[in-house]
Amino acid sequence: MDFNFTEEQGMVRDGLSRLVREQYGFEERRKAIASAEGWRPEVWAQLAELGILGMPFSEADGGFGGGAVDAMVIMEEFGKGLVIEPFLPTVVCAGGFLKHAGTAAQKEEHIGAIVSGSAVFAFAYAEPKGRYDYADLETTAKKDGAGYVLNGHKAVVIGAPWASHLVVTARTGGERRDRSGVSVFVLAKDTPGITTRDYVTVDGRRAAEVYFENVAVGADALIGAEGEGLALIETVTDEAIAALCAEACGAMKVAHAMTVEYSRQRKQFGVPIGSFQVLQHRMVDMYTAYEQAVSLTYLATLRLGSDEVERKKAVSAAKVGVGQAARLIGQEAVQIHGGNGVTDEYAIGHYFKRLTIFDSEFGNVDHHLKRHVALS
Amino acid sequence: MNLEFTPEEQAFRDEVRAFIAENYPKHLADFGMREDMEREDFLAWHKILGKKGWSVPAWPVEYGGTGWTPTQRYIWSEENARVNAIMPLPFGVSMVGPVIYTFGNAEQKAKHLPGIVSGDVWWCQGYSEPGAGSDLASLKTTAVRDGDHYVINGQKTWTTLAQHADWGFFLCRTDPSAKAQEGISFILVDMKTPGVEVKPIKLLDGGYEVNETWLTDVRVPVENLVGQENKGWTYAKFLLAHERSGIAGVARSKRGVEKLREIAAHESLDGKPLIEDFDFARKVSQLEIDLAALEITELRTLAGEQAGKGPGPESSILKIKGTEIQQRLTELTLEAVGTYSAPYHGGVANDNSNEHPVGPDYAQYAAATYFNMRKTSIYGGSNEIQRNIITKMILGL
Ligand SMILES: Cc1cc2nc3c(=O)[nH]c(=O)nc-3n(C[C@H](O)[C@H](O)[C@H](O)COP(=O)(O)OP(=O)(O)OC[C@H]3O[C@@H](n4cnc5c(N)ncnc54)[C@H](O)[C@@H]3O)c2cc1C
Ligand SMILES: Cc1cc2nc3c(=O)[nH]c(=O)nc-3n(C[C@H](O)[C@H](O)[C@H](O)COP(=O)(O)OP(=O)(O)OC[C@H]3O[C@@H](n4cnc5c(N)ncnc54)[C@H](O)[C@@H]3O)c2cc1C
Repeated sequence: MDFNFTEEQGMVRDGLSRLVREQYGFEERRKAIASAEGWRPEVWAQLAELGILGMPFSEADGGFGGGAVDAMVIMEEFGKGLVIEPFLPTVVCAGGFLKHAGTAAQKEEHIGAIVSGSAVFAFAYAEPKGRYDYADLETTAKKDGAGYVLNGHKAVVIGAPWASHLVVTARTGGERRDRSGVSVFVLAKDTPGITTRDYVTVDGRRAAEVYFENVAVGADALIGAEGEGLALIETVTDEAIAALCAEACGAMKVAHAMTVEYSRQRKQFGVPIGSFQVLQHRMVDMYTAYEQAVSLTYLATLRLGSDEVERKKAVSAAKVGVGQAARLIGQEAVQIHGGNGVTDEYAIGHYFKRLTIFDSEFGNVDHHLKRHVALS
Repeated sequence: MNLEFTPEEQAFRDEVRAFIAENYPKHLADFGMREDMEREDFLAWHKILGKKGWSVPAWPVEYGGTGWTPTQRYIWSEENARVNAIMPLPFGVSMVGPVIYTFGNAEQKAKHLPGIVSGDVWWCQGYSEPGAGSDLASLKTTAVRDGDHYVINGQKTWTTLAQHADWGFFLCRTDPSAKAQEGISFILVDMKTPGVEVKPIKLLDGGYEVNETWLTDVRVPVENLVGQENKGWTYAKFLLAHERSGIAGVARSKRGVEKLREIAAHESLDGKPLIEDFDFARKVSQLEIDLAALEITELRTLAGEQAGKGPGPESSILKIKGTEIQQRLTELTLEAVGTYSAPYHGGVANDNSNEHPVGPDYAQYAAATYFNMRKTSIYGGSNEIQRNIITKMILGL
């Protein structure tokens, strides 16, 4: 057993932490969100330069040989600064599909581009009626000669407005919600037949509705075996959940620290509000929830390589525990900030919003409790 | 003991239900929370009720009240909640109005009460300051006597909807040497007076419902003082008790639960309606149970009022549970909506756009409403302050 980070991981953390601190201040983030692009491509380029975008890829694939723990370290730092750039969809999701199931040609084509920062991906899996079931798909990919033709509508695809490429799930066979018959495709976003409707999300990111109308792709767009994509999707999304939990931990850590600091500064009745025991204990409960969330995030991250049942149980446990902590910490942080907590001006409300939307990504608390029950 | 309405009360319910059905503006039906509400949207129903004589049911009849029993008033709010009616705002009707008819002089009553009854005059509440929130008595805004005028200087904040206000009621310090609570006066200010400046505060849901109100050498005639100089705290406390009794929002939450069930019937999980999912359904039932308890608690309080007891510290229970339920409701609505909770206002770039929002209509404001409703446990005396009140007044600690 070893809960220490390697020296390299420590260096990654320090480097990122400096970048976030020095260049990702709250006002800079606010400006980026309000800008036409909605993000900061120059930060993306810096992340590539620092080797962050190549971290979780093996050296053979053109990366720097890191793994899930490195992704955890990175995402936690992003969470602290509420970084909106699409590391998760690009590196963890698309990168995950390529790592686990990409052909040599697909890796060759895409991993280098991810590592250098020139390709940005979005992962189009959710559908208007699918809730959190990756197999509940209305999007279809029909065999057409050697290739496929895609039709369908993907909902709230995070990062799609910035993406050059998409990873898309679609049904190549079977009935809606069948485990078999699900396939995964990688394609350029400018493939004819794809249209998007872009918008801002409540937590300051960009997303899009993505519509596929007779989108023709070659056989080389398929990642993994046709119709066998669900297990692959589960592997990759479990990795995404572990990373997302790390991001939430970073956000919770800052939200908690800001609240404690606020309670020191803010005076009412002639004393700092932090001297009221009722608030002290609430901040203790927030802290405890945060520590428990960190533990579950470690558990999930370290179990990503375990057998399927153990992996899924650990990941679901983390999504449940972190989801509950995120809600508690977000709500209490706002409450203890009083009126300032519900303003746009104070950063705390923005942490609260990010921690809220976290729950609906890759399955909420109830969804993962159910999955845990089913595996127990 | 029984829970049934008398035949007279049932007849009353039929009467008001018919009146609402006929007269409530169709374009404002089931409006919910919207950030693009115009001044006239807030006032539309108020003005109709003003003409009918129903805008200030709780007031004494001589000032425009209806003389309804608490039970009738309860029926009235239930019937309005059924259509999610945009009710008259509390600042005139439940706050300054009762202070004026209880503590004001004849001229003040004649000048100000009719505008509140009719809905022609919009009032805002200028209590809180940047340094005086929960500890309201530490407020610093001063009113200094200068001949026939008070000259007011200071900064108020969180002034709800002051951007629309014609008049405001302000707490100002008139005796800086007195103990905190004793040197405060309750003063009415015409918001068009030179030196009054209202600056919007953006909230985390993107909306603008509160403001900073800056007062710089604002000259106000002394006849705008309500009651006695330096006795404002007494009036403010009186008013806070009134503010709290309406805050439970039971009728509205009941409508909210119905809406939540509708949404959950529309959303699906594993190919079945979400409302058939046991995990989700039990949370909705739990909420309904809490709400049923609150409803009876409120009715018990009303019965006490009918028997002549004023709103006491029990109203703090109504505030705490009422707001917790309202917040839980928005939380479950957000959960029901799922993926489509993320687009900001349904992905519509601006509210003047006629683009249709992405996702179902009910998802459009789900997140914004959840964010916004965090305010309810903060304002009107935070829920921590309410618990402190119960600790002192009921537990005797
Ligand atoms: C089953 C059992 C076994 C035990 N075994 C041992 C033993 O082997 N040896 C031994 O020496 N003792 C033993 N104890 C005693 C135990 O350590 C005390 O019960 C404990 O320290 C609490 O003290 P108290 O019971 O006097 O409660 P109190 O100290 O009177 O506390 C009463 C309540 O007030 C709360 N409270 C007190 N101070 C504060 C504060 N500052 N802020 C907020 N809340 C506060 C407490 O949390 C508690 O809820 C045992 C007790 C039990 C119940
Ligand atoms: C949306 C909104 C609308 C509002 N509208 C108006 C309006 O129209 N007019 C107006 O005058 N005001 C208005 N207010 C102000 C509101 O009344 C104050 O926000 C409220 O009194 C809390 O004050 P504060 O924000 O300064 O928080 P603080 O008083 O600084 O409180 C911060 C935290 O400390 C806690 N706390 C404070 N004291 C204690 C204690 N003794 N024990 C335990 N915990 C404590 C609080 O509960 C809170 O959690 C509004 C506020 C909001 C958010």
